[in-house]
Amino acid sequence: MNKTLIVLAISAASIASASAQDLTISFTNLTHGSHFTPLIFSAHTSDQHIFEINTEASEGLQAMAEGGNTALIASDLAALNADVVSSPAPGGLTAPGQTTTFDMTTQSLNTHLSMSAMILPSNDGFVGLDALEIPTAVGTYSYYLNAYDAGTEANDEVLAGMAGGAPGVAGFPADPLGMAGANATGVTTEETNTNIHIHRGVIGDTNPEGGISDIDSRIHRWLNPVARLVIEVK
Amino acid sequence: MTNIIQTLTLAGVLALSISACSDNANPTPETHAFSVRIINMTNSQPLSPPVAMLHNDSFKFWAVGESASLALEQMAEGGDGSALLALQSTNPQYQAAGAVPPGQEVEFSIETTDVSQLYLSIAGMLVNTNDAFSGLNSIELADMVAGQTRIYNTHAYDAGTEFNSELSGTLPGPADGGEGFNAARDDVTSVVTLHSGVVSADDNFANSTLTGADKFDNPTLRIIVTAL
Repeated sequence: MNKTLIVLAISAASIASASAQDLTISFTNLTHGSHFTPLIFSAHTSDQHIFEINTEASEGLQAMAEGGNTALIASDLAALNADVVSSPAPGGLTAPGQTTTFDMTTQSLNTHLSMSAMILPSNDGFVGLDALEIPTAVGTYSYYLNAYDAGTEANDEVLAGMAGGAPGVAGFPADPLGMAGANATGVTTEETNTNIHIHRGVIGDTNPEGGISDIDSRIHRWLNPVARLVIEVK
Repeated sequence: MTNIIQTLTLAGVLALSISACSDNANPTPETHAFSVRIINMTNSQPLSPPVAMLHNDSFKFWAVGESASLALEQMAEGGDGSALLALQSTNPQYQAAGAVPPGQEVEFSIETTDVSQLYLSIAGMLVNTNDAFSGLNSIELADMVAGQTRIYNTHAYDAGTEFNSELSGTLPGPADGGEGFNAARDDVTSVVTLHSGVVSADDNFANSTLTGADKFDNPTLRIIVTAL
């Protein structure tokens, strides 16, 4: 009889821990010269994704990766009853070295966490997390995140102004650091891998008035990881 | 009910043994000792003589997103970690006798009897760079048991104190033999971050003093800590 009671008590506890969770999330841009566009975080069911490696990007992911626009991803997630936190960083951008901390409450079946944000300057590079199972035990958990290429735009590395942020328009929209060049001829016009893959990094050059790239190779390159994520489960 | 009685009995035995111990006039504090191996995994970046320290949970050599201390700048630009150690000069600490070449390692032991000082930090410069360094930042060791080993693969950091110009005369390592520490701060990002790697002349940066051989990627060091 006693054993039965204990088993019942344990299963009640498991159900409780798999239900709504209160999280505090800290997200740090680890790069030395790249900004991240407004972050989008989502808790969702185990079979949902913002993106998956080696698959074609959704329209929403393309809009995020090429121009930092998370509206489509957010509406897709809302239709799936996911929990969404959009743009928690003050001012929208997350600067090199900057940490943004925010609280998030997840619904009972939303057991997995995803995030994404565009890397500036890049054509369609983004920092991402794909469906991490959220720990249920109270504690603090750290993760390192890598840079991905959405596979939707050739990495020409040409500064195109805000128009360059629209899906399907060549070029990158801006460098918030203010160190991008101009008049580059372009690194490439091809995107050979049109699925989502680990970003090969930007090439850049050291000619601010021409050359192949408007990205500065001394300033805007990165190595993985590009972000640190700390999840505090309460 | 039987379990409760057993528990009470155990507690009684424990109480007895504690009172027996208290008869010792001067108990010797327990020593917490660790063996540490620092392995340089880069292709051709010598690691400046690495420094290590045991400290409490409120001390750090650096923090991502924060401005480097002068001591960190001196280590990251010039390879001299003495000032970092001087920040907590009475703490258990270690400074290697020389640089750790690529593919080689250094081993040392470090110990304390103060249980509040079971946090380990390590730092050394990648000397063929402007201000890149690697190491461990305040790793907690208190939960390690004797014989246990932990392996850390470390990232390369940028101190954010010197622009990554790669120009002749700015790199203290053997690739250049240029200037080390300079108090001027001229980086585009003035806080500690991860490092973006070096470009080099072989990668279309004609004025760089570095070659493709000087490039590195993460991880840069492997640090193996064993509780003794």
